[in-house]
Amino acid sequence: MAEEIIHSDQSGEVTMRVWRGDEDGGEFVEYVMPAQEGEVVLDVIHRVQASEAPDLACRWNCKAGKCGSCSAEINGRPSLLCMTRMDTLPFGETVTVAPMRAFPIIRDLVTDVSYNYEVAKRIPPLSPRDKTQDEVDAGGYRMAQIDVERSQEFRKCIECFLCQDVCHVVRDHEENKTAYAGPRFFIRSAELEMHPLDTNDRRQLLQEEQGLGKCNITKCCTEVCPEHIKITDNAIIPLKERVVDAKYDPVAWLGRKIRDRTKRTAAEAAAEAPSSGPAAVLPPGGVVAIPQPEGNGTGIPVYTAAPAAAVDVPPADDDGS
Amino acid sequence: MTEYESHDFDVIIIGAGGAGLRAAVEAQAMGLRTAVVCKSLLGKAHTVMAEGGIAAAMGNVYPEDNWKVHFRDTMRGGKLLNNWRMAQLHAQEAPERVRELEAWGALFDRTEDGLILQRDFGGHRYARLAHVGDRTGLELIRTMQQKAVADGLEVFMELKVLRLLHDVDGTVSGLVGYWRPTGGFVVLKAKSVVLATGSVGKSWMYTSNSWESTGDGHAMALWAGADLIDMECVQFHPTGMVWPLSVRGILVTEGVRGDGGVLRNSDGERFMFDYVPDMFRDETADSEDEADKWYDDHTAGRRPPELLPRDEVARSINSEVKAGRGSPHGGVFLDIATRRTAEDIRRRLPSMYHQFKELAGVDITAEAMEVGPTCHYIMGGVRVDADTTAATVPGLFAAGEVAGGMHGANRLGGNSLSDLLVFGRRAGIGAAEFAEGRQGEISLDEGQIQEVIDAAVAPFEREGGENPYDVHQSLQETMQSLVGIIRNGSELEDALVKIEELEDRAANISLAGGTKYNPGWNLTTDLPAMLTVSKCTAMGALNRKESRGGQTRDDYPMADPEMGKVNFVERISDPSAAARGVGGTPSVRSITSQPEPVPVLPDELRALLEEAL
Ligand SMILES: Cc1cc2nc3c(=O)[nH]c(=O)nc-3n(C[C@H](O)[C@H](O)[C@H](O)COP(=O)(O)OP(=O)(O)OC[C@H]3O[C@@H](n4cnc5c(N)ncnc54)[C@H](O)[C@@H]3O)c2cc1C
Ligand code: SF4
Ligand code: SF4
Ligand code: FES
Repeated sequence: MAEEIIHSDQSGEVTMRVWRGDEDGGEFVEYVMPAQEGEVVLDVIHRVQASEAPDLACRWNCKAGKCGSCSAEINGRPSLLCMTRMDTLPFGETVTVAPMRAFPIIRDLVTDVSYNYEVAKRIPPLSPRDKTQDEVDAGGYRMAQIDVERSQEFRKCIECFLCQDVCHVVRDHEENKTAYAGPRFFIRSAELEMHPLDTNDRRQLLQEEQGLGKCNITKCCTEVCPEHIKITDNAIIPLKERVVDAKYDPVAWLGRKIRDRTKRTAAEAAAEAPSSGPAAVLPPGGVVAIPQPEGNGTGIPVYTAAPAAAVDVPPADDDGS
Repeated sequence: MTEYESHDFDVIIIGAGGAGLRAAVEAQAMGLRTAVVCKSLLGKAHTVMAEGGIAAAMGNVYPEDNWKVHFRDTMRGGKLLNNWRMAQLHAQEAPERVRELEAWGALFDRTEDGLILQRDFGGHRYARLAHVGDRTGLELIRTMQQKAVADGLEVFMELKVLRLLHDVDGTVSGLVGYWRPTGGFVVLKAKSVVLATGSVGKSWMYTSNSWESTGDGHAMALWAGADLIDMECVQFHPTGMVWPLSVRGILVTEGVRGDGGVLRNSDGERFMFDYVPDMFRDETADSEDEADKWYDDHTAGRRPPELLPRDEVARSINSEVKAGRGSPHGGVFLDIATRRTAEDIRRRLPSMYHQFKELAGVDITAEAMEVGPTCHYIMGGVRVDADTTAATVPGLFAAGEVAGGMHGANRLGGNSLSDLLVFGRRAGIGAAEFAEGRQGEISLDEGQIQEVIDAAVAPFEREGGENPYDVHQSLQETMQSLVGIIRNGSELEDALVKIEELEDRAANISLAGGTKYNPGWNLTTDLPAMLTVSKCTAMGALNRKESRGGQTRDDYPMADPEMGKVNFVERISDPSAAARGVGGTPSVRSITSQPEPVPVLPDELRALLEEAL
């Protein structure tokens, strides 16, 4: 039986200032749209596409905060377009939408996030311990809920890369990208380090190749994470502690392990990471020079990191687990 | 002539959801040169949105559970239209596939004694869904993604496949597509191709599906000469969000009901007690008291009617709303707030809690949610051989939501994620073995490649034509209002006419702005598939003159035993000779639909269905 299609009431207008352009440069363009109740920023972008700018580039998939595709900077703050309600933004003011700043522009709101996929390839994968006889009989590993919860927190990550975008180590220093994994991948390492089944030891790798020491615990990453993962407190600080243990006191590190298990050396762990062939094939020309939309006179508000507290080693009383 | 880049593989998998990644890992492990292609970035496929869990009869919570009970539940839920062999393999192999995920890093919620915890879902006799809170799909896809990366699999991200290519002898031998970031064209040659392209929901207005669910794989298979079955069987999930309008259709997991949530109408009544069909009467509670006992102990009472299969619940909600007992925005109330503690709700259903809080301003620990049916899943799809997943044209395989048969007329919750793993793996093996056995050089038809490319860029040469977003919206309105949850003959006939008109409009789209990351163009290239799939659904729905599972006709409200013996099969008998529709694809006018017998269930399995297990 014919279903009724519901159309929403309209009340007032919203003005969107959206960055349009590509690697060669661009500018903010204003679009005025009728306001609609309950909308998120992505809804308005979609209405701009459907009416005035069919070619306005923007990534999205789920429109429910689950896939991490629609990352951008709204009024200068790294955010998900699909989870930012229009009615949470200052009423009556123009809404500025710009691409993530830390990654090269492809077009409009779409950036080249391949850096993240490259880092992912360099993390040694899970190397699970053998099953005990009891587990073979029971048909699966035994792990306590409390032990899996630590890593489960990090596995909530939707790979929106907003934390990578906001982290000043790469946001302001393109050259650091070759030797810095970034907060998303620090939590990946933390997840594996705390995984009840894992036997790899990634500490040396973290320090020497993934730049863990460059993080100075500003906590900006935690602040923007849409999954509310406590990136700094629960992952980075404990990792820093473990790395310190690795350098100075392997015995202390051993004592901190969740389960008794054999850890390999960093060199062995690194050798297990796939090194051959790209796991992600990039489109030709997909990697382009890093644009600076905020620096070219367009007046985009810049998200400023909280003043960096120069902490290199976490407080010793934090037990890291 | 347009330039394109080309690559050569043994096996190509189109789709990086659960099914595609599982297939790729298997084919690669067999030593074949394997690549995966996907329209979005890796890790973003629709599978990421799955919430409730993966169904597998592991027996961790109820040791009584086993594959036979799971098989029986699946067949009964599917109203016996299922390909029985798929349902059998699925029930038998799902537990092993879940354990394998765990060895690859997945961290499921645990039972008291440390095994994988399993939760209740509609239509499953025992608590059977392995899960991680309400973000199981994320766990599945991330585990598979990390496994794929660890294995060094090649992934072509943001590459939209337009068409399958075949060799002179008709064997599927590759594909042509374009990079979304650059607009550059690509040809991939392969000895076999696996379709794992997921769903079709974006042809409807209110859907739980992501933008990628445009039925590309369904359509590409049909255009390559393969059969589709059961396309009329579309699942409307009973509980989608209804307000605000901007989130209408977004899913509210069945886990809410599995964990104790109940449905109420505007009078506050648990109306599902009034809608228990005969087939499920013996196993369903007849009082609130009995139903409430069941949650803690499944032997103390029979199941609550809120956990009937999805088609039953969706239709009941529809009837309540029609009878004027709906919620303010045209749904009904889903109440967990009065049934579980706030802490329990936040722990068991964290993403539902956030979703309502952030998108609707509703605190589900304190108030009821407003919910209504949303287009969610297509049971129909590419007709495949159960054991190998081979489609009906050589060289082509299909797994996951794009394949048909496994779920019959209605899918049980949780049976999709397990389907992805079981048949994803089988597709990997099937395609790898086919590739290994394939002799001789592959030669692609240059004319066919150029035809596809020319058709794809044609809208840029047109001026003053249609806007693709308008055409898409008209299609969504047509499907929503005429091919929705309750159908009838005259509306379906109207729909068929409208879809043909829309094909003409789509053929007249004009575009500007170039091919580089241009969403208007991307949508334009998705439209031929959406139109094709919509036509198949409407044709099947018109032909199936009965109500069964995901097909409900108000002019034929009962199930007809004779119709239960056939699948409706859509095909294009000679795709190369067919009239051209949009983007150089065979016209929707060339699709036919006819009944063919459902595979006959062997006696020993039939006995399982009748046994009171
Ligand atoms: C909100 C929600 C919750 C759900 N919850 C559950 C649940 O709890 N349990 C359960 O069992 N099921 C659930 N389902 C159903 C289940 O998630 C899907 O059926 C399943 O994920 C489909 O997986 P797939 O691998 O077949 O395809 P998808 O995950 O949809 O992946 C399709 C892939 O194909 C690619 N693709 C498509 N077309 C092209 C093209 N033309 N070119 C290149 N690539 C292409 C896409 O990019 C994507 O990578 C849920 C569904 C939704 C929407
Ligand atoms: S705490 Fe600051 S420096 Fe460290 S990863 Fe997070 S954003 Fe970067
Ligand atoms: S940790 Fe949070 S901010 Fe970073 S990628 Fe994951 S979800 Fe996004
Ligand atoms: S579209 Fe998926 S997170 Fe926004």
